[in-house]
Amino acid sequence: MSGLVLPVKTAETAETRVAQAKWAVLDCFTVVWQELTHLTRQPSTFAWQLGFPIMMVLMFVYVFGSAMDVTGQGAGEAYLEFAMPGLFAMTMAFGFTNTAYAVAYGKEKGFVDRFRSMPMAPSAVVTGRGVADLLHATVDLLLLLAIALVLGWRAGGSLAATLGAFGLLLWLRLSLIFVGIYLGFLVKNVEMAGNLFAVAFPLGFISSVFAPPDLMPGWLGAIAAWNPVSATAGASRELFVSPAVPSGYWIESHLVAAALLWPLAITLVFLPLAIRRYQRLRW
Amino acid sequence: MRTSEHAVRTEGLQKQYGSTRALDGLDLAVPYGVVYGLLGPNGAGKTTAVRILATLLRPSGGRAEVAGLDVTRQPRLVRRRIGLLGQQTAVDDVLTARQNLVLFGRLYHLGRKTSRRRADELLAQFGLTGAAGKAPKTFSGGMRRRLDLAASLLLAPEVLFLDEPTTGLDPAGRREVWQAIRGLTAGGTTVLLTTHYLDEADKLCDRIVVIDHGRNLVEDTPDGLKRRIGSDRLEIVAAEPDDLPAIAELAGKVAGDHAEATVDEAGLSVSVAVADGVRALTEAAAELRSRSVMVADLGLRRPTLDEAFLHLTGAKPAGDKETPA
Repeated sequence: MSGLVLPVKTAETAETRVAQAKWAVLDCFTVVWQELTHLTRQPSTFAWQLGFPIMMVLMFVYVFGSAMDVTGQGAGEAYLEFAMPGLFAMTMAFGFTNTAYAVAYGKEKGFVDRFRSMPMAPSAVVTGRGVADLLHATVDLLLLLAIALVLGWRAGGSLAATLGAFGLLLWLRLSLIFVGIYLGFLVKNVEMAGNLFAVAFPLGFISSVFAPPDLMPGWLGAIAAWNPVSATAGASRELFVSPAVPSGYWIESHLVAAALLWPLAITLVFLPLAIRRYQRLRW
Repeated sequence: MRTSEHAVRTEGLQKQYGSTRALDGLDLAVPYGVVYGLLGPNGAGKTTAVRILATLLRPSGGRAEVAGLDVTRQPRLVRRRIGLLGQQTAVDDVLTARQNLVLFGRLYHLGRKTSRRRADELLAQFGLTGAAGKAPKTFSGGMRRRLDLAASLLLAPEVLFLDEPTTGLDPAGRREVWQAIRGLTAGGTTVLLTTHYLDEADKLCDRIVVIDHGRNLVEDTPDGLKRRIGSDRLEIVAAEPDDLPAIAELAGKVAGDHAEATVDEAGLSVSVAVADGVRALTEAAAELRSRSVMVADLGLRRPTLDEAFLHLTGAKPAGDKETPA
């Protein structure tokens, strides 16, 4: 019966912090490999998840956009330039539903349990998800960018400013990964995770994504202007040098700072919450 | 290197969820090298016990050791010596069968080459070599469960926990999984499995502990347990509902003076425990014939888990839903 048991260290404390950190990084990569293999084996995932933003692009730019005066220079003027950064931001914002769904799915199907019963670093369940989703979001952005370029959209700023805008977009997505992980562990089942889209909807639409808050009724405009999605949308418009007329809201003259601080605040709240939720699985 | 006489040992193990006591002083002592069954109805605390032993849940009280290691104080070390087959089949449906096993091998830090070698060995062991390149979503229930089992064996664990390994499988799938489980102890693994099927415990286990309400009731070998539970049961299914009282009276008479027959009016059936099955069967047939009572079915069968509980405890099992975990 002996000889089959792999050698184990004699005491839990014998593991150094360095060794533990190395395990954590390796395990994170393994989980990322798993997630990326999903995407390569099932590329249709992108079509499903990008179908919605692409439909929004086409509807708003070609159906509603012609009636919208976002620059003060007439209806339909420069609407593509206005809407594209908003759609980038909205896609990042809605991404948290994908994270939550994946987490809830892993929990419901016993995958999280199997991981937790293994000697892998417990943090890798969360960090692996985060890194994989960020890579996924990068591919999403590149695909949307390709579509935008085909439609005739161009970034008007310097290369550094353009990269900065994409950085801010991913920064928003990163902070919402923690929201997604928290909600994924919080919801009872996969169906409930699927319903999170109902929460995402107002978050995405009551914002400056498709229309300037100035055009909305006062109280709604204020909510839309202060929405974190608006901060990222507005900041990327600035960096892409899109023709948008700044409105009277104070925050709209501090968009880049807001796009940096909002996700930071979200992370500071939801990262500890997500970790706590994960640890509470043992209760 | 054995640090303990027992593969699994618990003392007064407790788990409380709000006001519900899922475990209420469970004592287990599982020797090495056996298949040990945790038998009980839904809600008895089987899954809670396995989840605590597999370091997924913290107990509210008592002690639990796996391979001589304390599950609350040394969870990381425990995890290197166990495998878990949860109630849900936890395989990745998008990856191929082989990629699944390599993934878990990598998470055990077996290294790329060893992971692949182990994956191929296990695929062969569980008859999945031909399906290695396919995704489990195309598999039958039995195949998925066998892959799941292979994934829990990558490390050749000292102790393997199987939580209701065949629930939800069709008869063919159950047989496949049973066969896969039988070979495990030969490799030195101690198996602790939970089930609510008497026949499953009977077929697979060397020892069985019956638990209910989070406590152990009886611990015995399958044969010893069968002796305690009582003999076979004579079952008669009536052709007409009106005949049920007469059949019940007849069955009681055949079984002996103090035997009371159980009547299931919905199923039109009467059953009674009998000491000598074959004699009771022939007597019942003769009686029915002489009284010209028509019956739909007449036969002998093993007691159900409910009946076994009635016998062991004088009470129906808890029977409520399995505690959420």
